Amino acid sequence: MTLVRYLMAGVLATASLPAIAQDQSTAQPQPTIQLPQPEGPRESITGTLSNERTVIAIPALATSSVQNVAGLRTDSLGRQIAEVIAADLERSGLYDPMGPSGIPAISRTEVQAPRFAEWQARNAENVVHGFVDASGTGGLVVGCYLYDTALGSELVRKGFEIQPGDWRRAAHKCADAIYSRLSGEAPFFDSRVAYIAESGPKGNRIKRLAIMDSDGGNHRFITNGQALAISPRFSPDYKKIVYVSYLNNRVRVFIYDVAAGSQKLVTESSNATFAPRWSPDGTQILYSMAVNGNTDIYRISANGGTPVRLTSTPGIDVGGSFSPDGKKIVFESDRSGGQQIYTMNIDGSNQQRISFGGGRAATPEWSPRGDLIAFTRMGGGEFRVGVMTPSGGGVRMLTNSWQDEAPTWSPNGRVIQFFRTTPGREGKSSLWQVDLTGVNMRRLPTPQDGSDPSWGPVLP
Amino acid sequence: MTIRKSTAMIAAITMLAVGACAKKAPDTLPPAPEGTGTDTGAGTGTGVVPGSQEDFLASVGAMGDRVFFDYDQYNVDAQDQATLQTQSQWLQRNPAVRVTLEGHADERGTRDYNIALGERRANAAKNYLASLGVDPSRIQVISYGKERPAEIGSTEEAYAKNRRAVTVVIGR
Repeated sequence: MTLVRYLMAGVLATASLPAIAQDQSTAQPQPTIQLPQPEGPRESITGTLSNERTVIAIPALATSSVQNVAGLRTDSLGRQIAEVIAADLERSGLYDPMGPSGIPAISRTEVQAPRFAEWQARNAENVVHGFVDASGTGGLVVGCYLYDTALGSELVRKGFEIQPGDWRRAAHKCADAIYSRLSGEAPFFDSRVAYIAESGPKGNRIKRLAIMDSDGGNHRFITNGQALAISPRFSPDYKKIVYVSYLNNRVRVFIYDVAAGSQKLVTESSNATFAPRWSPDGTQILYSMAVNGNTDIYRISANGGTPVRLTSTPGIDVGGSFSPDGKKIVFESDRSGGQQIYTMNIDGSNQQRISFGGGRAATPEWSPRGDLIAFTRMGGGEFRVGVMTPSGGGVRMLTNSWQDEAPTWSPNGRVIQFFRTTPGREGKSSLWQVDLTGVNMRRLPTPQDGSDPSWGPVLP
Repeated sequence: MTIRKSTAMIAAITMLAVGACAKKAPDTLPPAPEGTGTDTGAGTGTGVVPGSQEDFLASVGAMGDRVFFDYDQYNVDAQDQATLQTQSQWLQRNPAVRVTLEGHADERGTRDYNIALGERRANAAKNYLASLGVDPSRIQVISYGKERPAEIGSTEEAYAKNRRAVTVVIGR
C-alpha cells in the first residue's frame, strides 16, 4: 500500500510554472472559500444540486502506450481513475464534475497542453487532465493536473509511482489535490472507514466488522459475524481497530490487528467494557466499564497496564472522544437526568456540562480541527446529528430524519458520516455523509446494511 | 413429596412478606431449602429435564422469565418483584443451576448508552433475586442494549416488550 510520490523533475516538468502547491502535504492551505449556507427547508434541498457548484471537466486520463500491467490496461485505468476523481468531487457537494463519459478523450500530449477554448465552450471552469503509464518496473506512473480554463493556467499537479493495486488511492490523492486547491480546505478523500456491516433479521442481527475506503471502495469484511461486533474505531495509523465483540457472550473491548488478523483484550475484567476510542496519537484508549450496573469512563495505555478511572458519578458516564490536542475529553453522562454532553481534562478533572436544552444529547465526537463537536440530539422520538462548539454554543442540526446516530468526522473536519435507521419491522440501517452546511447529503454504498462508521485520518 | 410441599410453603411465605413491604426487599429471608439437589416436582412426567431452561419456563410461566421497565428506567416495580419471586423459588429449588440475566433496551436510545442501560436493568433484577436469597455468584449479567429486540417494530407496544431483563438458564 505504499504510495511513492513520484519525482516531479523530468516526468512532470513543464516550463515556467509558478511554485504552486507542488507539495500540499507540507503546507496546509488557509481556508479561503466559505462553504455555501443552507437555504430553505433542508428536506427539499437534500440530495439536490446547488447551482453554485463549479463545473469541472474530467476526461479519461491518457496513456503514452496501452500496456497491460498486472492484468490492468493503462487505458482502462485512465478512465476508471477519472471516474473515481469525478465521484469524489461530486460527493463533496461543492463541484459539478463532467465526464469522463460524454466528453472527448484527450491525447497524451494534451495533458500538459489543454485545449482551453474547447473546455470553456463546454462551460467547464476547470479541467482535469492526467496520464497513466507503465513504470517499467511493474508499477504505474499516474499524473494529474488541474487547470483554469479561463486563465489558461495550471493550478495544481500531482504525480505518483504506485503498485497497480493502489490505483484508487492515486485517484483519491488527485481528487484531494483538486479539492484542496479549489476549496482551500485540507484533503480528506484518501482515507478509510471502519464500520459494522449488518444482515439478517432485526431480532437476531448479524453484525460484522468491515473496512473500506472513504468512498466505499476496497471493501473488506474483517469478522465473520459469529460474534456480535459493534462500535469500531480505526487507530490513527490504520493498523488496528478497537471495537466491542460479544465473543463468548461477554461484552468486551478488543484491539484487532489488521495485518496480523488477530485480536487482544484492551483490559482483563469480569465487567462489561465498551464504547472504546483512541487518543489522537494512538497511545491511549478510552473505554466505558459497567460495574454492578454503574458505568464509568476509564483510560488505559493501548499496550495495557493499569486503567485510570476518570468518572465516578452514580449515573451512566459513557463514550468519550479526545480533543485533537489530546488534552481534553468530551463524553456523555445522565448524571443530571437525561443524557447530556460534558467535557473534562484527560485526568478526569474539571468535568463540565456543555449541552443544554432541546432534548438529550449523546455520542459526542471532537472534530480533528478542534473547532466543533458533533453529536446526536434525541428528542420527540427522533435522533438528529448536529454540531456545537467545545463550549456548547453555536448548535446547528445537520440532519432531519427518524434516527440519525453516531457522527464521525472526515479527516479535515468538514464532513460528517453517521448511520441512519428507518423505523418499523422492515427498518434498515445505512451509512450517510453530510457536510457542515447540512446541504450535501449522500448515502455511502455498502454491500449490506451499515452502522457505526469510524472515519480515519488522511493516508500519508 | 414432603420436601416439595415445604418448599412451596416457604415460597408462599416469602411472597407474602415481600408483597407487604412494597419495593423494599425483606431484611431477613427464610433460609433456602437444604439438601435439595434438583427440584423433582415441576418437570417430572412431562419429559422436561429438571433444572433446564424448559423446566424453568414451565415453572415460571410464559413471559415469567422477564421483567419490564419504563422508558430509560431500571427500577424493579411490584409486578417485577412478583415475577422475580417466582423465579427465585425455582432457583432455590435448583441451587446448582446458573443463569444469565440479559438486560435490554428499546431502540430509542443511542447504542453505547443502551448497553449501559441494559447493564443497569439486568443488575437491578440480579440484585432483587439476591435479596431474595439467590446466591449472586449464580447469576451472570450481560447487556445487549438495543441489539436484540424481542418484538420487532417501532411502536410503543414493541418498545415496552423490549425494555426488559430476561433470566436464561445456562446450566450447572
